Formats: sequence, structure tokens, C-alpha cells
Amino acid sequence: MSVAPTNADFAVAETPAAPAGPTGDSPRRYNLNLRQSGIYIAFALIVLLFTVLTGGDLLAPQNISNIIVQNSYILILAIGMILIIIAGHIDLSAGSVVAVCGAVAAVLMVEHDVPWPLALLITLVVGGLIGAWQGYWIAYFGIPAFIVTLAGMLLFRALTLTILGNRGIGPFPDEVRTLSNGFTEGYLGNIGLGALGGADLFSLLVGVVAVAGIVFTQWRTRSARQQYGQVVDPMPLFIGKIAVASFLVIAVIVQLARFKNLPWVLVLLAFLVLAYSLLTNRAVFGRQIYAVGGNLQAATLSGVKVKSVIFWIFVNMGVLAALAGVIFAGRLNQANPTAGANFELDAIAAAFIGGAAVQGGVGKVVGAITGGLIMGVINNGMSLIGAQSETVLLVKGAVLLAAVAFDVWSKRRAGASR
Amino acid sequence: MSDTILRMQDITKTFPGVKALQDVNLSVTRGEIHAICGENGAGKSTLMKVLSGVYPHGSYDGEITFEGEECRFSGIRDSEHRGIVIIHQELALAPQLSIAENIFLGNEQATRGLIDWNRTNHAAGELLRRVGLHESPVTPILDLGVGKQQLVEIAKALSKRVKLLILDEPTAALNDEDSSHLLGLLRGLRDEGITCVIISHKLNEVMAIADRVTILRDGRTISTMDLQADEVTEDKIISGMVGRDLDHRYPPHSSHVGEEVLRIEDWTVHSPTQHGRVVVSNANLTLRRGEIVGLAGLMGAGRTELAMSVFGRSYGTGISGRLIKDGQEIHLRSVRDAIKHGIAYATEDRKRYGLNLIEDIKRNISAAALGKLAKRGWVDENEEFKTANGFRDSMNIKAPSVLSVTGKLSGGNQQKVVLSKWIFTNPDVLILDEPTRGIDVGAKYEIYTIINRLADEGKAVLVISSELPELLGICDRIYTLSAGRITGEVARAEATQENLMTLMTKGTE
Repeated sequence: MSVAPTNADFAVAETPAAPAGPTGDSPRRYNLNLRQSGIYIAFALIVLLFTVLTGGDLLAPQNISNIIVQNSYILILAIGMILIIIAGHIDLSAGSVVAVCGAVAAVLMVEHDVPWPLALLITLVVGGLIGAWQGYWIAYFGIPAFIVTLAGMLLFRALTLTILGNRGIGPFPDEVRTLSNGFTEGYLGNIGLGALGGADLFSLLVGVVAVAGIVFTQWRTRSARQQYGQVVDPMPLFIGKIAVASFLVIAVIVQLARFKNLPWVLVLLAFLVLAYSLLTNRAVFGRQIYAVGGNLQAATLSGVKVKSVIFWIFVNMGVLAALAGVIFAGRLNQANPTAGANFELDAIAAAFIGGAAVQGGVGKVVGAITGGLIMGVINNGMSLIGAQSETVLLVKGAVLLAAVAFDVWSKRRAGASR
Repeated sequence: MSDTILRMQDITKTFPGVKALQDVNLSVTRGEIHAICGENGAGKSTLMKVLSGVYPHGSYDGEITFEGEECRFSGIRDSEHRGIVIIHQELALAPQLSIAENIFLGNEQATRGLIDWNRTNHAAGELLRRVGLHESPVTPILDLGVGKQQLVEIAKALSKRVKLLILDEPTAALNDEDSSHLLGLLRGLRDEGITCVIISHKLNEVMAIADRVTILRDGRTISTMDLQADEVTEDKIISGMVGRDLDHRYPPHSSHVGEEVLRIEDWTVHSPTQHGRVVVSNANLTLRRGEIVGLAGLMGAGRTELAMSVFGRSYGTGISGRLIKDGQEIHLRSVRDAIKHGIAYATEDRKRYGLNLIEDIKRNISAAALGKLAKRGWVDENEEFKTANGFRDSMNIKAPSVLSVTGKLSGGNQQKVVLSKWIFTNPDVLILDEPTRGIDVGAKYEIYTIINRLADEGKAVLVISSELPELLGICDRIYTLSAGRITGEVARAEATQENLMTLMTKGTE
């Protein structure tokens, strides 16, 4: 994955032990550091563990591609879910919305022969309307999100069954299947990588461009901060981080290039992660989500339009669920009445494993994606070693509990004065 | 009447950085109504929490003797077991449960583990008769007004065979009729031999029902007066409550008062929770450039409610009246409107309403005016950092960096962050609600200096405070608020603690 932890994730942690201020802040920094980067360390350890257990099969070209494609729809949902959780709410209806939007897309594309781009657009709008419906009850009517989306989970499953009856609708147009399952073309042909064999040149070039992009933006951010007199990472650490991130991106891309080039969903995901990371970190709207989740009253009294913020994050969730619905249906090549069952729970788990706080106000898009990938790697790795499904569930449950327990524990140890 | 039921000796209670009580002595005679008076923050509630075991033995110094035996309560159950029951200002009833269920909550009338409802409701009915509440025991609490709820609390206390009943501001939320019924009931209980300790701001009530009164000030006992024997007047009590010198706790300042900025006319606000209750009634206030105006009033007088209703209707329903800003009437429908029109309100409860405690200083300072740091919806984080750093220097916020989490700062520094946030919105009118609550003396001085600076910059500042010396120390003019009405407007030269207190306690008749 081309998801490098941004510099901001570490900025606080890396501030040199400041002259012991009157508040005695130093222990807190350490914990903040651990809380924020713990998830990446955990991910690395889990990957390492399963690489050893599977004798390297986990990182085989085809398997990396599988992990990405198989989890793409959960990761898309996790992006929407993390925003909702940051704001202090929850969405239990995501799986049903995935199903109903898949069904809508299928009816439009298969039964009414609507051109696929238009059908996709309509489906996204339908998703948005579903989000608006739920957002209205939550934000403006004041019903807890738990209840509204629990009702939504039933309502939209009912709607799916109404649309589809007891059958699946398919097959989907090739373009949609390509988006879900397909790969970029080998536009520039193959190139030999010595012992690694042949690899797609175009994919490799994309990787190089991505790395160049990371280096450039990180460098620019760093120098801008320096100009403003902010504390930045010391140069060796800065270079080290970029080197690690670049290596990971290149390693993943090389493996993918050796298999079948870049999955289109990866391209889509990379775009979404980038866009939503920017939104949460830099946009006024993103800041307001954190403000609402961190202290609702304070946000209200600071002039944040709290209701509108909550409304729009549910609209956003609806749109992303619709996108996930189309991708999932395209992958199965049919819209299915039982599609998306329990997806919301995976997305919620991803968000919490990724460091979101149950009380709201805390969380990162990259964290949720990492959380989702942790679940994905566990699923995949355990099926590779032939574990029973009950064992997989057991491990996933334990990981979720452990992740949140760690979060609560580190907060308590930090002696939060709240 | 000389039999002492309760003696509290040399009670000292320290909170981190603050001595809440110092060598307090209280002695209550069996069968009397004993009033405790003092300003907000004088230590009355703390003393009662020590007595009832909320602060367990060992967390304070001193000795409590009840009915001749030394008491070491480790919790509220211990004190209730001995017959000491406290009724708090915020009533602690479960609104969905019935009167009878509430009365016997935690003391259920059960036979072999099963609740005997006949016995419960019958016994509750008896107790309701004793307190003069004509309601069925099965009525849910939420169907009762505050006055009747208060009676249920007393019935609950009676069910515990109370010997010493402590009431914290029992009439604060009651209307006159309910108040007089309650006071009559307390007299009746006294005649039955139940001793009462009553904490009250309403001196006319104290004069009417108390046998003796003990005055607390700054965590110390000032005196105990016998209302029957001594010649006690309300004025004498007031001077005991406030008798404190104004020393050099306030930076010198002379204001250059300019033209009028904001005029509040006929401002009336209704309670959003209690239907029909008027919280602020026909208030008129004028604020001028460069002037520091005080708003004095006791707890529950409607100070915060007045301020928040002006601040974009963030409190109250049925708001009527006019706001005239710079000579033009304005209509503020939301906090956003208020900020846009140059009005800022810094809350009295910064942890709950003022700060996002899990965020850093920088993001808290920018929270109310993020638009100023953004271009087309994108925040310039470097400018934000620079802005926050500027405030850290100018407001002297003591923190290692503006990236420090606000939850870890001291009260004074948190308050400076809140003030920075509002100053960054560049307001013409700043309403500061209890700006120095819970912060130490040194930080208070800094806050006063900041307030003076704001006035010098031509802003109008309205300071709401429970501490009269503070208002006298920094304000040019002081309004007094009593039971939702403006009862006076006093210039600094004429203001004394005594005349302010008289205006603040002016009856609600």
C-alpha cells in the first residue's frame, strides 16, 4: 500500500524533551507517541508473523494483490466510518446500504441498460440520499445514531430484498468488473528485474512517481514548518522515515508489477485515502468533525454548525457505502440480497483497531486503513495456513479487544485529567 | 436546648493548591434550625461534604462528634446510618421512578429478597402525609414540580430516621409559595425534634426560620450568632460574609470609556426545561467601549443564562427583547451570528463548554475563528501555529509548546487559552463568565491584567463573577441581578460589598 504515515503522525512525539515546563508534559508525549505509532508497529509485527508462518506466501505477488482486492470495500467503508466515529457517532447500517446500492446499480446496469458511468453516478446519489435520510434523524431530530442506523440496517436490507426478491442480478458490465477485480494494462510492456523475473514497467513507473511525490511533499512540509519556527524531525530521522515509506511503497508495487500490474481498486483507494487524509487534517470541515467529537458543547459555543457537520458525515458515509456496494457487486459479478452482511462491523473494528477513541474526537484515516489491513492480513494469513473459521473469528475478536484495551490503558497511564 | 448534637472541630480540608476549609468550627444544638451563610466559594458545601462522608475520614483534618461520639465516616452510607442526611441543591431523584420507589431507593422494603409493594407504597403514603405532599405514592417523579420533588427528598430523609437534616440551598429553585411551605415544614420537623442545618443565600429566609447562624468566609468560621438573643440584622450577616479587605490583588487601571457598543433592552428569557419559568426578566444593560462592566448575582440569579441567551441564543427559549449593536438592532440566531457581529462569550465552565481537552492549544485557539486561517476551506496550519505562538507569548500561556494538549494545563493556563480563542475572533464585546473561577491568585492577577488590556484596546468587557471583591477591584460599573431581574446599577465609586449584596439578595416579591 502506498499509505505512508504522514509526518504529522509523529510530529508531536518527536518534539525533543522540552525544558520541563510547569505542566510536566514529557510522559504524555511518550504515550501519545506509542498510541499513535503503536498501530503501525502492530501491523508490521502481524505481517512479519504471518510471513514466517506461511513461509513467505503472504507476501507473494498474487497474495498481496488478493489482500488488497478482497478488502477494498471494507477499507472504503472504514474511511467513512472513521469520520463518523471521530464525531462520536456510529453507523450500523453500512452493510445494508452496501447491499441496497449494489442492487440499485444492478437494476440500472443490467435490467435497464443504463450506461455504467451514469448508473454509477445515480447509485452514488442514492447512497447520498440514504445518508441524508439517516443524517436528518440523527442530527436534526436528535435520535442517537445507534438507533437510527440500527433501524437503517433493517430498513435497507428490506429494501434490498424488495428490489432483488430472492435472486441475484448480474452479470455486470466489464468496466465495473474491471474496477472491482481488474488491473491496469501493461501499457509499456515488461521489464526484467533480474532474479525477480519480469515486471510491468508502467506499474513500476507509478511507484517511482509515488515515491517522488512522498519525498517532495514531505520535504516541502518540513521546510515550510521550519520557516515558521516549528520543531521538525532531525534530518537523519526524517530521511529514515521517508526511506522506510519509500521502500514499502516500492516493495508492494514491485510485487504487484510481477503479478498482474496494479489493481484498479488500489488506485481508487490510494486516491480516497489521500483525499480524506487531506480533508481530516487540513480542511475546515475536517477540523470541525474533530471539534464536534472532542467536545460537542465547546464546538457549539465556538460557532461550529454541529448539526450540519453530523448530517454531512452521514451523507458522505452513504456515498462511500454506495461505492463499496458497486465494487462488491462487481467483484461477485452479481448483486446479491445477502451482500454486505456484517461489513459495518468490520469497518467499525477497523476504525477502533486503527486508534479511534470510543468517546470520539480521536482517529485518523490512515489509522482506520491500517486497522482494516490488519484484519485483512489476519484473515488472509490464517486461511493460508489452513486455520478453521472459528479460529479466525477468535483471533480477530481478540485483536479488536486488545487494540481498544491498549488505547484505554495508555490513556489511563497518561493520567488524563478528564 | 443546650444539648449539642453535632460538633465539628478544627476542620481543615485541602485541595491541590487550595485550602478550602481552615480550622472551621461548627456546633449545632439538638432541635434547632442552624443556618450557614457565606459567599459562593466560602466553603459551605465543602463543609457539608466533609460532614456527610462524601470526603471520607482521613481526607481532612479535624474531628467530628455526633451525639457525643467521634465519627469517622468513610462514605455517605455511614453518615446516613447515623441519621445524618444531606439534600443537595441538585436533587438526586430518579425521574422515571415513582415517589415510593425513590423514597425507598437503596432501602427497599423487601421480604425474602422480593419487594413488598404494598408495604412500600403504604409507608411512602405515611411519609408524604408527614411532609404535606398530597400526591399518590405511585406518581412518577417527572410529573412533579421542583418544589414537590424537594418534599420527596425530605420524605426520603425521614424514611431513614433522620436526626440531622442538611439542606443545601433548598429554596434556590422554588417559587415563593413552595418556599414558604418548605420553611413551614422545617419548623414542624424541628418541633418533632429533628435538627436542621440549612445553607442559604436568602437572608430573609434565614432571619425568618433559623435559630442560629454560622458565617463562613474564605474557608474559615467568622462567627456564630444567636438570632433569638443577639441583635442580628441582615446587614450584620452581610458584613460578616464579605468583610474582607481589598488589597493589592488587582492591577491599577483607569478606563477610557467611549461610545455605546451594545445595548440589551427588555431582555426576557424562559427556561428550556421548566415550562413557563422566567429565568431573565426585562433586563436592560448597556456596554460601552473601553469599559469593564460587572454583573453580580448569586447562584441561580440568571447571570449565565442572560449572557448565553445574548450570545446567539445558546440558552433558553421564548427569548424576547432587543439587541442594539453600534446603534443598529441586530438579530442573533446562532453562535455564528454572534461571533460575526463581534460578540464573544467565555464560559464559566471551561472544561465542559470551553475547551476540547483532548486537542492541543493551537487547535483550541483557532476553533472559533478557523475561517480566518483558511483559504477556500483549507486551513493553513503554519499560520495557525504562528497565531497560536503569538497568543502563547502575549497571554503568557505556560506550556512547553502550542502542541501541548489543553487537558494537561493548569486552570489558569486553560483559561488563557479560552481567552485567546475569543480574542482571536476579534470581538467588540467580550462576556467573561467567572473568568477566574478555580485558578490561583497569581494567575488571577494575570487575567485581570488581560481584561484591562482588552478594555484599553477599546473593547467592551462584561465580567460575570460571584466574587464581589473581584468585581469591585476591576469593574467601572456593576449591575446586580437577583432572581432574573436587574436590581441595580452601581458606579465603581459608590459600590461596596454591602450595598451590592443588599441588591443581590433583594427579595423576589
